[in-house]
Amino acid sequence: MTARATANAAVPARFKPGDTVAVRRAYPPGHIRTPWYIRGHSGTVVHALGPFPNPEELAYNRPGLPAQPLYRVRFRQAVVWPDYAGNPADTLDIEIFQHWLEPAVR
Amino acid sequence: MSDSHGHPPHDHTQPHRHPPRPDTDDRLGHYQVMEIAVRELLIEKGIISPAEVQHAIEAMDARGEALGAKIVARAWTDHAFKARLMADGTEAVRDFGVDMGTTRLFVVENTPAVHNMIVCTLCSCYPRMVLGLPPDWYKSRNYRSRTAREPRAVLKEFGTVIPNDVAIRVHDSTADMRYLVLPQRPAGTDGWDAEKLAKLVSRDAMIGVALARNP
Repeated sequence: MTARATANAAVPARFKPGDTVAVRRAYPPGHIRTPWYIRGHSGTVVHALGPFPNPEELAYNRPGLPAQPLYRVRFRQAVVWPDYAGNPADTLDIEIFQHWLEPAVR
Repeated sequence: MSDSHGHPPHDHTQPHRHPPRPDTDDRLGHYQVMEIAVRELLIEKGIISPAEVQHAIEAMDARGEALGAKIVARAWTDHAFKARLMADGTEAVRDFGVDMGTTRLFVVENTPAVHNMIVCTLCSCYPRMVLGLPPDWYKSRNYRSRTAREPRAVLKEFGTVIPNDVAIRVHDSTADMRYLVLPQRPAGTDGWDAEKLAKLVSRDAMIGVALARNP
């Protein structure tokens, strides 16, 4: 199933590039595509990729609709790992579905 | 070797035993058995045919890093193509007959200020449509867990030292994008055509654990 085919059954996008977002600190069971290590951290949306069927539903052979907007979110390594030893400008870019994101309080 | 060098002759008349190395393919694992069972059921029920399975395996085996290298070399020599590749990788690689299927190709460019590196911490998502099958290390827990946390240490183990004033951007391939690193074109290649340039582009450079080879 392509993003285009499901665009009419998609959740409206809530974020845009430049927005600061926080990843929900939640630990539900199932097929979750949000890495554990990034939950609870804040980052900046760098790309809005459009809607994609929800993998948490697809994993159980359900249609994954409504499709969830997917974002590439950039996190600073030094924030994610307090003992990070590289350049403070080093980053981690992660694809995260909208239902895992909340507006971040700066 | 001739005895005229003064080495003692190696005596092959003496029994010379090595411990037998155990076979590692003498029994199937759980998921191998499961794969065979599901495949046989799908064929029995007429959902897929053995010819389709064979075709899919052959198509997978036919893809390899040479394809990715051609794409990179074209981006180095054709500004209009590079612009298309960066804007929409999925569409641009159709020029090479590549269909990304349900995934999308996202190209990230190395510059003098930024070095990109790809990992899939959750499983082993890899741009198979342009690079073929992933190397075993890409799927290892070691690479997957440490790349997100200490990319510079991992790079060093690959022999790749990125100066500390160059930012490292790790991309965790968690969902529908598949990533390809566009390495920096090596110096001293002015006037080279795409075919010659492609030979400088390794698989590892397109994952971001190495740089393009110097001429």
